[in-house]
Amino acid sequence: MAFEGLSERLQGTMTKIKGKGKVSEADVKEMMREVRFALIEADVNLKVIKEFVKKVSERAAGSDVMNSLTPGQQVVKIVKDELTELMGGEESKINFSTKQPTVIMMVGLQGAGKTTTTGKLAGLLRKKHNRKPLLVAADVYRPAAVQQLETIGKQLTIPVFSKGTDLSPVEIARQAIEHAKAEHMDTVIIDTAGRLHVDEALMQELKDIRALKEPDEIFLVVDAMTGQDAVNVAQTFDEAIGISGVILSKLDGDTRGGAALSIRTVTQKPIKFIGMGEKMDALDVFHPERMASRILGMGDMLSLIEKAQTNVDEEKAKQLEEKFRTSSFTFDDFLEQLDQVKQMGPLDEILKMMPGANKIKGLENAKVDESQMGRVEAIIRSMTIKEKTTPEIINANRKKRIARGSGTSIQDVNRLLKQFEDMKKMMKQMSGMNSKKGKKKMSMPGLDSLFK
Amino acid sequence: MSFFKKLKDKFAGNAEEEQSTEKYKEGLEKTRTGFTSKINDLVAKYRKVDEDFFEELEEVLLQADVGFETVLELMDELRYEVQRKNVRDTSNVQSVISEKLVEIYQAGEKELNEISFADGLTVILMVGVNGVGKTTTIGKLAHRLKNEGKSVMLAAGDTFRAGAIEQLDVWGERVGVDVIKQAAGSDPAAVMYDAVRSAKSRGVDVLICDTAGRLQNKVNLMNELEKIHRVISREVPGAPHEVLLALDATTGQNAMIQAQTFKDVTEVTGIVLTKLDGTAKGGIVLAIRSKLNIPVKFVGLGEKLDDLQPFDPQKYVYGLFAEGLDKEERLEKGSADK
Repeated sequence: MAFEGLSERLQGTMTKIKGKGKVSEADVKEMMREVRFALIEADVNLKVIKEFVKKVSERAAGSDVMNSLTPGQQVVKIVKDELTELMGGEESKINFSTKQPTVIMMVGLQGAGKTTTTGKLAGLLRKKHNRKPLLVAADVYRPAAVQQLETIGKQLTIPVFSKGTDLSPVEIARQAIEHAKAEHMDTVIIDTAGRLHVDEALMQELKDIRALKEPDEIFLVVDAMTGQDAVNVAQTFDEAIGISGVILSKLDGDTRGGAALSIRTVTQKPIKFIGMGEKMDALDVFHPERMASRILGMGDMLSLIEKAQTNVDEEKAKQLEEKFRTSSFTFDDFLEQLDQVKQMGPLDEILKMMPGANKIKGLENAKVDESQMGRVEAIIRSMTIKEKTTPEIINANRKKRIARGSGTSIQDVNRLLKQFEDMKKMMKQMSGMNSKKGKKKMSMPGLDSLFK
Repeated sequence: MSFFKKLKDKFAGNAEEEQSTEKYKEGLEKTRTGFTSKINDLVAKYRKVDEDFFEELEEVLLQADVGFETVLELMDELRYEVQRKNVRDTSNVQSVISEKLVEIYQAGEKELNEISFADGLTVILMVGVNGVGKTTTIGKLAHRLKNEGKSVMLAAGDTFRAGAIEQLDVWGERVGVDVIKQAAGSDPAAVMYDAVRSAKSRGVDVLICDTAGRLQNKVNLMNELEKIHRVISREVPGAPHEVLLALDATTGQNAMIQAQTFKDVTEVTGIVLTKLDGTAKGGIVLAIRSKLNIPVKFVGLGEKLDDLQPFDPQKYVYGLFAEGLDKEERLEKGSADK
């Protein structure tokens, strides 16, 4: 069910053109059609696509595509460059007021993820900017919205200002700002109720809250899965209250997220953060280039490499390499490896970031079974210290005990032992090769094949 | 009489119809306002059925999120139909367009927008991604079923999101039905087990089960949903009798993947298209219906208790056009202002 990425689409077109030897203007036009298809499937707004394709066509009509040996690749590059540029530079800066407190308003449609994002943002401000945030429960309409924010505040141990649902949101916000001043809290984040952009009464309410103390930031929270309507929403909110930035939520899903481009083009406001999960620290900086790749279905190699870099301990990697060479790799090391892989995030997320991952046969709907990893861990943890270092001693009796201890079967244990042996053999060969050539290799068995 | 004219009459006259669909119309107010003139505009703009007309039509549908593949298929069929019937005048093509759209939707089947009730206890499972309006829909659905004279019970299966149990509790109070719940963080399958047990012992007619929102690509969460499904069907053979997928009308093409994945895991029997009172139209349900054969059963048209209405494909199709044209105008106005 996954959509084809732009690269694959263009490859199809290119095979048709290839036989002709030269790329004609008509061929470029044909390629532009594919660009349009890809963007429509990614939910970029039609009007935005029109302007965009026009711009790209002009560049592509230049000789660099026509004369290129790889016109398809050239077009992809132009499209990606233009997309990246359109989505703007990296901006995760937050404007803080010189006069305390800084006021941040969170606005958006129902179910966009405002309350969750409010919590995440507060956590981030405290951690990275050393702020003392106060959360304000100004959603008096949706049942239990106040409780939701209170629970989140409790999880994060960040104070929540709530006055139930009897006061008006404007009054609650006013009191909250006063309260923050009195208690010397430097950042007030107001969680407003979700509302339709066409609901004039509720939009007026936002204007009234805004009028209390000019907010330093007004963030529009937008669901990354939003379709063509994203431009209407963003435009209306911006016109009514003047947003200062956008936070794209639920990007941990498998949507292409073309809404990002639409919103950016229509409002000219930066996308500051992206929501990447339900945990309270899952708020990331927005990278235009990565978003461009994602919209085009080209995978997100950069994020993947970055994840590997931040999570793999350099020192440990060296030690491990030494162990490979001397064949002293044990089950303890194996466990450590598993941990490192796990730290990189859920496996299916990692897989999703790989270009063309959805094209590999049998992988398109790959469900990575995390519990399998848990089972392996259980088996290893059921071994004695001696068994872990010298697995050769594991006989039938020991296997039985390990299987019982880990809640698995003897077959499972056998399979793991065999895998471990194979891995050791492979590593020996690999490191043998490496030392001869003196090259350093990524030392994560199994995983390094992913990076090729 | 042309199809659009028929629809137009339906909206304009007929007091009885007016009353029964008051809510539907209120929700679609933004769509309906000035609709007649909008359709006339498209027809007036293109007197002839030519490529330009088709192109504009294509855009109207794409902007309603119908999705590329379905739009292309429809366009091909329309071109063929227009040629076959030798239609040259745009006023005649209207009927062909909407008939085709409704046809795609209905696929020759009778409308299935009602809940199928079991003889004893009927279990309805509500599923969907985060923030689509599952809990709100459950509140409204409970209200609706209660008004039909059924005894209803709710199960607070979203034990994960902060405040979710309280939210369902408030709905239960508003509607006046019992809510079976456990502490936050407990196993949702256990909640379901409890709920089904007590629904049986208290002899209620309908049990509606809430679940936590989950993105369809989270394997663990989808497995959890499968388990919930299994627990329910073990306790009541044939249950859940309905698995309703809540779909946000603002969602774009990802809705197709949502429908596919949730169908694989829980055998979705119908869709509730929520938030249709905004400007988005959720045209992807047409594609979902034609590709996956999942019908839309209800639409959410607002935040009030009685803002849940049975889906009416004809009115829906009618709304697609008005909204598309509306959007176009607004966007043009927007870019002209700059």
